[in-house]
Amino acid sequence: MKKSPAPSEVYLEGVFQLRGRDFVDAGLVSSRIKNSLKNKGVPEDTIRKIAVIAFETEINIISYAKEGTISFYLLPDRVVIEAEDSGEGIENIEMALQEGFSTADDSIREMGFGAGMGLPNIRKFSDDFEIVSEPGRGTYLKSSVMLNGNYRAKDDQDDNA
Amino acid sequence: MTTLETIVETLGLKCKCCWEKLKTEVKGGYAGDLLSDVMANSKEHDVWVTRQVHQNIVAVASLKEHAGIIIVQGAQPDSDTLAKAQKEGIPVIVTELSEFEVVGRIYKLLHEQD
Ligand SMILES: Nc1ncnc2c1ncn2[C@@H]1O[C@H](COP(=O)(O)OP(=O)(O)OP(=O)(O)O)[C@@H](O)[C@H]1O
Ligand SMILES: [Mg+2]
Repeated sequence: MKKSPAPSEVYLEGVFQLRGRDFVDAGLVSSRIKNSLKNKGVPEDTIRKIAVIAFETEINIISYAKEGTISFYLLPDRVVIEAEDSGEGIENIEMALQEGFSTADDSIREMGFGAGMGLPNIRKFSDDFEIVSEPGRGTYLKSSVMLNGNYRAKDDQDDNA
Repeated sequence: MTTLETIVETLGLKCKCCWEKLKTEVKGGYAGDLLSDVMANSKEHDVWVTRQVHQNIVAVASLKEHAGIIIVQGAQPDSDTLAKAQKEGIPVIVTELSEFEVVGRIYKLLHEQD
């Protein structure tokens, strides 16, 4: 179902498994990604965007899929979030990307989700965004946020020290 | 500087968790019950005013680095919510006051300081 290849494994920072309907740990994956990028010295504005993207991606997998994974990559010029799930899939992506469209049930709405703003916000905060879905099979999403030009990975700095 | 403590004392609110963090500076605020709205539009050091009580609010406040959460209109946080708030160090404050009143009074407090 993937449209474009994922970044090379060299840049892979982490892979997280998610289970559908597990709202108890919702937000944990996003928080790990955020902390890890902070430790790497990634600029704040990039981290802010990634936090929104990762959280909305995570909640959608928990809400609409049986299981899924979120991977994140730190490249020299960008951070990439990649998600794959074996969920119900999305019938009409165009529609799902419109603000206000939601198929969330009451149990999801009671927790404050289901405004139909997750995907539109992921797209808004991404510099590059791609979503592919097959009803009944699952959904693939890739989002990139560019780093500003003067960022250098902490590991690189350490190597040069 | 306006702190959470100033807000709690001036408005007569009740702190349910993380007293030790009440000295945190509040730089602004956001009100809302739709988590994806709050995720996208609130900022660090905001105090978040809401009627939501589910533990997901702690995840949002922590990711967004809010100063704290104020739950209005007499709604009570779930016990899971308080346990998680304790773990994450996110102050949870409750009040019988309406959202309208809380937001209005905090707005005034923040802007009198200018
Ligand atoms: N991973 C997914 N698998 C299947 N369907 C999805 C997935 N992600 C989103 N959708 C569908 O797209 C709709 C819109 O998603 P979006 O995240 O924008 O809003 P929402 O989840 O309904 O509400 P909000 O994100 O504001 O809490 C969802 O209601 C759902 O029907
Ligand atoms: Mg969503």
